[in-house]
Amino acid sequence: MLKYIAKRIGLAIVTIWAVATITFFLMNMVPGGPFLSEKAISPQAQAALEAKYGLDKPLFEQYITYMKDALHGDFGDSLKQRGRTVMSIITKKFPVSARVGGMAVLVALCVGVPLGCVAAIRRGKFVDSFISVVATCGIAVPSFVICTVLMYFFGVKLKILPTLGLTSWKHYIMPVIALAFYPTAYIMRLTRSSMLDVLGQDYMRTARAKGLSQVISLFKHALRNAILPVITYVGPMLAYTLSGSFVVEKIFTIPGLGGEFIGSITSRDYTVIMGTTIFLATLITIMNVVVDIVYKIVDPRIKLK
Amino acid sequence: MKQNPISFQLKLNPEDFLPATEEEKESLVIMRESVSFWKDGFRRLVKNKVAMVSIVVILIVMVFSFIVPSFYPYSYKEQAKGANNLKPMQYSEQELEAKAAGEKVFPHIFGTDKLGRDYAIRVMMGSRISLLVGLIATAIILVIGSAYGSIAAFFGGWVDLIMMRIVDMIYTIPDVLLIVLLSFALKAPLAGLMGIQGFGWVRTVGENLISIFIVFALLYWVGMARMVRSQVLMLKESEYVTAARALGVSNGKIIKKHLLTNCIGTLIVTTTLQIPSSIFTESFLSFLGLGVAVPLPSLGSLASEAINGLNTYPHLLFIPAALISLIILSFNLLGDGLRDAFDPKLKN
Repeated sequence: MLKYIAKRIGLAIVTIWAVATITFFLMNMVPGGPFLSEKAISPQAQAALEAKYGLDKPLFEQYITYMKDALHGDFGDSLKQRGRTVMSIITKKFPVSARVGGMAVLVALCVGVPLGCVAAIRRGKFVDSFISVVATCGIAVPSFVICTVLMYFFGVKLKILPTLGLTSWKHYIMPVIALAFYPTAYIMRLTRSSMLDVLGQDYMRTARAKGLSQVISLFKHALRNAILPVITYVGPMLAYTLSGSFVVEKIFTIPGLGGEFIGSITSRDYTVIMGTTIFLATLITIMNVVVDIVYKIVDPRIKLK
Repeated sequence: MKQNPISFQLKLNPEDFLPATEEEKESLVIMRESVSFWKDGFRRLVKNKVAMVSIVVILIVMVFSFIVPSFYPYSYKEQAKGANNLKPMQYSEQELEAKAAGEKVFPHIFGTDKLGRDYAIRVMMGSRISLLVGLIATAIILVIGSAYGSIAAFFGGWVDLIMMRIVDMIYTIPDVLLIVLLSFALKAPLAGLMGIQGFGWVRTVGENLISIFIVFALLYWVGMARMVRSQVLMLKESEYVTAARALGVSNGKIIKKHLLTNCIGTLIVTTTLQIPSSIFTESFLSFLGLGVAVPLPSLGSLASEAINGLNTYPHLLFIPAALISLIILSFNLLGDGLRDAFDPKLKN
């Protein structure tokens, strides 16, 4: 087990390194630069700025310096937001996104899994068709549509929920619903289909035959086996949701990491792009390792190799 | 003749040896042609009401987005004076005067936008763009994904290992980053291309839309590649592949003729389900302002523009939003129906 985890972490580090390298060279290959878009900047000032951040050196040398610093935990200063380090930006913005995203994932799990189970148990009944229709529609609606429709009805028409910012608990309701919508629908479908699979297995009949109550047979035997595909989905999804959705953050004006990331790409803030990309890649790879370990805990039959 | 009860003598009837009559022959004739893979699938598909309704919806949307605009009285970039921000079915003052003078004026079914452009035609053009993106991008994904996945699986070993590690890496890089960087990177070469004769269409289509296609070609085939790979891994152990190889058929031909033809069911289903996800991504990109170039509308950019006027003109948002959800929903349901029809093994 420990050997397996060590191997996975080693692979994860290679992946993160590869992603960082690709991003670094891709970013620099694209014409234009961080100081080109600023108006009224003299060539001397631009050269001075580039010299200050080491952008005038050969690309490969920049890469070596960046990687060395990054290994020491120094991701550099933001090129555009003067006087702020990339680390401080991430540590300030990530918790905001993570709070909204974490709640959304929680909602998605708490709603999606039980409803998916109910649909599978009452297969072919009205409840099942109702839940399936809702889930299919949920997958078809893009997040910006949900955001704006929510905003129109609750924010503009009924005026019961605030539309901008993130200052009270009421502000969280709409972004969380908007973020949780798609994952909820997806988890519902996933749970339903894998639960149907499990309910048809022989051991379920055995469990009932030996006199287990329906509740115990469902929770101890069915759900435990049916939850595996959900875990596979939730791992990477958690990473993406925690790091912030750009659309939701833009519409509800939430100062989160998703918006910061897109902003840094369009303004060519090289260090912020690198920092957030590495951060996101790390988060995703960690989640993948965690998913594998949770797999082993939920289903001991799975051999990790 | 008396028969010995323990004898093995057969009791033969001379009539059994007469030539068969026409009537008897008829019962042996195969009345129906054997049911082919396609027929069998279509028969199941036609029975599926939900899938048939989705096909009808998709066809209606296609008629409205590809055929109706060519004879619609307004154009998507024509700005009518004094007809800004009209409500649905409302006429501007000039149009009312014209009507009073006895002229026929076609109503603005969905009203107009803030520049006085007829909204109905913009929505139709928008869905044309969205459908085109969905179909073309999916075609690109289908070709690259199935080629990549089948090659990785067919050759196996370290070829497979390296090719699949590349897929993993592409999965991990945030796609928005690549899209934005690529659209920056492609701006100059595409602008150069515009100047060359015969490439004038680049301007109408817009750099961003072309870079969306390229991004799809570079990024989104990975899911398709994984799907095809898992199928080919299973199929390449079949006897007919060994037989083909024994007969000296080249690798490329085995992949094309035997392996890909045999996972056609999976390919159809994955492709149909890829179309809505391409439309989804395009609308998301247009919403961010990375999609089609003005004045060409797409459903995503129409919704994005309408957000600022949400308080006063909510219908400008709700029409494209509802349409895009409808398109994605029908393609999803059609995909589910096709899966049940052509790939019953995958069901649940």
